[in-house]
Amino acid sequence: MPSLATLLRLAALLVLLAFFLQPAWFEPLLRPLVQANAPAIYDRGNLFWLTMLHLRTVFVATLAAALVAVSLAILVTREAGAEFLPLSRSLVNIGQTFPPVAVLALAVPIFGFGEKPTLIALFLYGLLPIFENALTGLTTLPPAVMEAARGAGMTERQRLFKIELPLALPVILTGIRLSVVISLATATIGSTVAARTLGEVIIAGLQSNNLAFVLQGGLIVAVLAVLIHDALQGLERALAGRAHV
Amino acid sequence: MIEFDQITKHYGDTEVVSDVSLTVEPHTITVVVGTSGSGKTTLIRMVNRLVEPTSGVIRIDGEDNRSIPAFELRRRIGYAIQGHGLFPHRTVAQNIATVPILLGWGKARVKAKVEELLTLFQLDPSFFAERYPHELSGGQQQRVGVARALAAEPNLLLMDEPFGALDPIIRAKAQDDLLAIQKHFGTTIILVTHDMEEAFHLADRIAVMDKGEVLQYANPAEMLVRPATPFVEALIGASERPFRLLAIERAGDAVEPGAAEGTPIPASLSQRDALSQLLWSGRPALPVAAADGAILGKVSLEGLVKRAARPR
Ligand SMILES: Nc1ncnc2c1ncn2[C@@H]1O[C@H](COP(=O)(O)OP(=O)(O)OP(=O)(O)O)[C@@H](O)[C@H]1O
Ligand SMILES: [Mg+2]
Repeated sequence: MPSLATLLRLAALLVLLAFFLQPAWFEPLLRPLVQANAPAIYDRGNLFWLTMLHLRTVFVATLAAALVAVSLAILVTREAGAEFLPLSRSLVNIGQTFPPVAVLALAVPIFGFGEKPTLIALFLYGLLPIFENALTGLTTLPPAVMEAARGAGMTERQRLFKIELPLALPVILTGIRLSVVISLATATIGSTVAARTLGEVIIAGLQSNNLAFVLQGGLIVAVLAVLIHDALQGLERALAGRAHV
Repeated sequence: MIEFDQITKHYGDTEVVSDVSLTVEPHTITVVVGTSGSGKTTLIRMVNRLVEPTSGVIRIDGEDNRSIPAFELRRRIGYAIQGHGLFPHRTVAQNIATVPILLGWGKARVKAKVEELLTLFQLDPSFFAERYPHELSGGQQQRVGVARALAAEPNLLLMDEPFGALDPIIRAKAQDDLLAIQKHFGTTIILVTHDMEEAFHLADRIAVMDKGEVLQYANPAEMLVRPATPFVEALIGASERPFRLLAIERAGDAVEPGAAEGTPIPASLSQRDALSQLLWSGRPALPVAAADGAILGKVSLEGLVKRAARPR
């Protein structure tokens, strides 16, 4: 018997799919939000296709952020890299505090309109949670376990791949999950510089004073965020699993 | 053979091990005892270079232990860490197999070894092999930790309070198993403990540490009879001395000619246990039997009491 939460998630997923396949079903619900003869369902592009592009942007940016952040965390937790810890912390912090809109504004003159500035903004914005979590995961390993690994004669590399990373993995995944959720929402502003994301729907709604569009764009992003968040959380639990790491 | 040659270790301004020189003979058990914080763990961790001495040299079979890469050295030396340190994300079997796999043993050999060790430590392989450490009790975890240290059949074994979490029955069994393993493989063992009973039971030689110094390094009888300092005397436990003296000798060594009534005592039993049986039986003497059942003679209360007295 699946829990209530699981049923709700399943229901949310089904509604989302229904909306993509049969948007007309939802027309009566959204109609009251728009003026007479304005369209209630987004009609300037395929919503499903836009959602896929949105997800792709988030996926690529988060993947890059995860690779860089985790590598950096590994580097600065090695003996040789320890001196770079404060520097890398401040760099990553700047990435987080610099508003993504400002990043877009700065990146457009260099890379032009389109997906690239958005990817850069999301990448920078996503670094911090992953880096901080990876750092926590790699520096709070039980000392007796690490000593046992050294005492068994594992090389530094073997310790990293066989002990440290597997033990830190659930915490690292938590960082990635935070980053994904933030990016899902943040990606919408990419459409201000012509990236193809669900932001398009929201912006179109703002421009034509169409509340139904705004709501559609916002709700799709929100449902995606919840579903992906929960799926990743499930993955973390499964990985930690019986080992209770 | 392990030679500690003028080993000193500083952490910042504090000296935690001070100018220790001692030689551990091959195929013997050396037990390190001393108060908490006296530097026991630090001392033994310098053998497998988990800690590097500030000055001094440690030689293993005549060779400076820094002459081979640290990871290779450590694969040759079994190490049962204080507080087990099992890998939480690996099963019991995977934990035990750690060093054999690093050394590239074949699958079948690793599996056989894991099962042998689990059985030896009274952990049913079919039940425990696939468990994770957190599913085990403290005593079970500790036994797995010791099994892991033994897995690659090292010539040299460092054990840091390996039996602290075990109940008295399993502890006694584990100690006897360790003695049997040591005899069988001729392993050289350095073991740290807070349990003086354990120290006298296992040790060929005992090193007493206090504030980073080794106050005395001697065989158990010598230490009982001639403690080097009042601290050593206090640590051994003055009131326990006669019993410890009896505990390190076998009943077979106290046999007197003559016959006695009652259930025979095995010659391999310690004299202390023999005394205990005499007292409990209420008899002045009991027969002593060899392993094959042949009666060798008797042990008497009077004889044992004489043996328990301070040697002159
Ligand atoms: N890495 C370290 N840095 C600084 N001081 C240390 C370090 N390791 C140990 N010490 C200090 O060295 C002293 C000896 O520690 P050690 O662990 O060798 O004691 P021990 O005899 O094994 O004690 P116990 O019986 O409690 O296990 C202690 O005072 C401890 O605080
Ligand atoms: Mg210790």
